[in-house]
Parts: sequence; C-alpha cells; structure tokens
Amino acid sequence: MAKNDVKVLGAWPSTFVMRPRIALNIKSVNYEFLEETFGSKSELLLQSNPVHKKIPVLIHGDKPICESMIIVEYIDEVWTSGPSILPSDPYDRAIQRFWAAYVDEKWFAAMRGLRIAQGEERKAFLDQVTEGLALLEEAFGKCSKGKAFFGGDRIGLLDIAFGSLLGWLRVTEKVGKVKLLDEAKTPGLVKWAESFCADAAVKSIMPETEKLIEFSKLLMAQMKGAPPPKN
Amino acid sequence: MAEEVLLFSTWFSIYGRRVEMALKLKGIEYKFIEEDLTNKSPSLLKYNPVHKKVPVLVHNGKPVAESLVILEYIDETWKNHPILPKHPYERANTRFWAKFIDEKCWPAILQACWGKDQKEREKAAEELSKLLQFLENELKGKRFFGGETIGLLDIAGNTIGYWLGVFEEAAGVSELLTREKFPKLFNWVNEWLSVSAIKENLPPRDKHVAFMRLNGQGFWDDYNASK
Repeated sequence: MAKNDVKVLGAWPSTFVMRPRIALNIKSVNYEFLEETFGSKSELLLQSNPVHKKIPVLIHGDKPICESMIIVEYIDEVWTSGPSILPSDPYDRAIQRFWAAYVDEKWFAAMRGLRIAQGEERKAFLDQVTEGLALLEEAFGKCSKGKAFFGGDRIGLLDIAFGSLLGWLRVTEKVGKVKLLDEAKTPGLVKWAESFCADAAVKSIMPETEKLIEFSKLLMAQMKGAPPPKN
Repeated sequence: MAEEVLLFSTWFSIYGRRVEMALKLKGIEYKFIEEDLTNKSPSLLKYNPVHKKVPVLVHNGKPVAESLVILEYIDETWKNHPILPKHPYERANTRFWAKFIDEKCWPAILQACWGKDQKEREKAAEELSKLLQFLENELKGKRFFGGETIGLLDIAGNTIGYWLGVFEEAAGVSELLTREKFPKLFNWVNEWLSVSAIKENLPPRDKHVAFMRLNGQGFWDDYNASK
C-alpha cells in the first residue's frame, strides 16, 4: 500500500490520535502522519471533518473517517490480512465496545476533571477515577482470561481505547502526586500497562511523560482561551 | 438450543425503543421487562452494575448494555435483515452519524426544550437547526439513511423521527423539523413512520407528551449534572 494512500491528521500528544496510529501499526500499514499546528486548524482538517473540526481524521484514498474508535473499527474491517483488533464472537465484541464507551464517556471525563480541578472538586474526581480503575481491573480479569491484554494474547480494541490514556495518566500521577495504578489495588492493570507500552505497535508513539508534562503547561495556558483540538 | 432474549427497559426509553425496533425488524422473540426507574430491580442492577440503566439486553443469560452496542450485537448475532451496510466506509459513516445524533442532537434538543431561559432555548434551537442540516445533507436522495430499507442509523434516528416532536410539544416550543426548512428529513420522517418495526414500537403519543411535560425539565437537569 502506497504510503500517501493513508494519512492520519493529528498531534503527537493526543490520546485519541494515538488510537488509529496503534491500529495501523498492528496491521503494518504505512501511513503519513500530518501534524496539526498547536492552536490552529489546517484547511485539510476543516475540510475532512467539517462536523466536529477535530483530530484524529484518517484519510484513506480520498475518504475521510472521523472519531477515533470508529476509525479503529474501520481499520480492522479494511485490513483483514493483519491481526484482528476485535474478537470474532459477538458477545466478546459487545463487551469490548461497552468498556471502550465507558472509558470515553465516563472515565476520560473524570481523568480530565482530576487534572484541572482543585480542592473538594478534585477529591470527587479522584474518587471517580479510582472507582473506574477498580471496575476496569475487574473487567481486565474477565476479558484477558489470564493473558497479557484485554484482547487476549494481542492488543485489541479495548487495549487501544484505554491504553492510549496511559501517557496522560502518568502525567496526572506525577504532577498530581497521586498513585492511580497501584500494585496493591490494580495489580492486573499495572502489569497490563507495562505490556501495552512495551508493545511494538505502541512503543514508538507513546509520548514520554516529561514531554507531555511540558506540553500540558502550554495547554493550561491556552485553556484560558479556546479549547485545544482533541477528540 | 432454546433461545432466551430479555429486554429490561421502560415504555418511554428512547434507547430501549431502538433495541425493540431492531428485535422486531429481525423477528426475534423477546420478553420485555418494564423497569420502575425510581425502584430499580435487583436483576437490572445485576445485569448493568456499571451504569444501572436501561436498556439492557440479556441473551441466554449474558447481558449487553448501551443501545448502540446492543444494536451491533443484535446485527452480528441475528443475520437476517442486516442493519449495517457491508462496506467498511459506509459502516464507519453510519456509526459516525449515530454517535452524532446521541452526542450532539440529543443535548441540543433537551436544551432547546428545557433550557433555563428563552435566550438559552433559542440558542440551542439555532444549534439544533445546524445539526439537522447535516442530517438533511446526509440523506441525499435516499428513502432511508439505510437506503431502500431501514438501517441502524434510521433506528438511532428515532431521536429525530419521533422524540424531537414529542419533546417540542411537551415543552411548548415551536417545531423545528418543518417541510420548508428540511424537506428531505421531513419526508424521511413520513417514510420512517410507515415502517411497521418503527411505528409499532413508539410510545403512545398523548401519554408520552403528558409524561414529558412533567419530566422534561428533570431530563435536562440530569443530563447537565452528568456532564
């Protein structure tokens, strides 16, 4: 497949942008990574995602696909010769999709709140994040069935959905001086996080914690104005 | 193998009705369990401990929650009358617009109906008009979003096809989806309402309007509190 046939519009710090990149790596698909300039949106982005104007966008041939988890499923359905990202059994697929939706709709919001909030509000978000991790630890036990990943032997949909948040989770732990993944409370997830970050499909694109911390200072400053491009 | 399909839902649940439409379309027999959301059953809490919400589909003892996840599960398990297209790009497109309806249209509808003052409601109505325009454009010349027959997006479109009108009537705000402003969508609603899997799975309108007159504000307040 010619490299310029597949493009990802995104930005290196973005959790959501990581997802299609991991999926393409799993499938060994070459792609061109077009980075948006922080604080502005390119013409190509506005044309490719007129509804949300957000990254990531996958451009395959001349067709844009938007929304990170929808892109991941698209990648899985198009490149069928590579390892599967979703399991084959409909019930297992439903479980993966359920938890991916949970991560995006509930847990992500709690994590973001935790990064920004102060005082009592912060404590409330921390409780939500910790409760969520307890649920995900239990889900990990059930989904992995003793293997390394939610997807079993290999990274799957839920690994991608949740694992892509690990960079920012580490930032929150370091800057917020709080332990979120804990050998005592979430031993399964601690091991899983190591395996995920070490995986060949992830390693080269998981941002370093220090770089994310630097970037987050930029973000904080900009949050006083318009929100950054992120989905 | 004896098949057992249970659906925990309520008569007024927009998401539960989607599941019923899909089950009816595919001719799947199921047992409907009406939940009292002020007094949730131990079964519901057992089958959906994470969200404690309806709808939950329980297939041979295994629970599936979240309406769009349930719709995909139904389509993958019962292969007659497929509700997702075959081609990956069209599947992605269907999923995109279903998500759009839930994440963008739904809150705009609630706010246009029960926003705290007229200014906020009018602003939400303007936003909703822009959102409806996207859907109008997406229909193009098709009879349904799914083409000649209804698909997942038509089912998820119950928000637009029916719930929008009921909420507007209950809240006493003017109708947004008119033939003049959105001719294709307006047409789609009529076609949609003529499909038996759809029309037989809508709440009784008068009862629904009366219910929403009482509860609409609460719906919007709850939505706001959760964000």
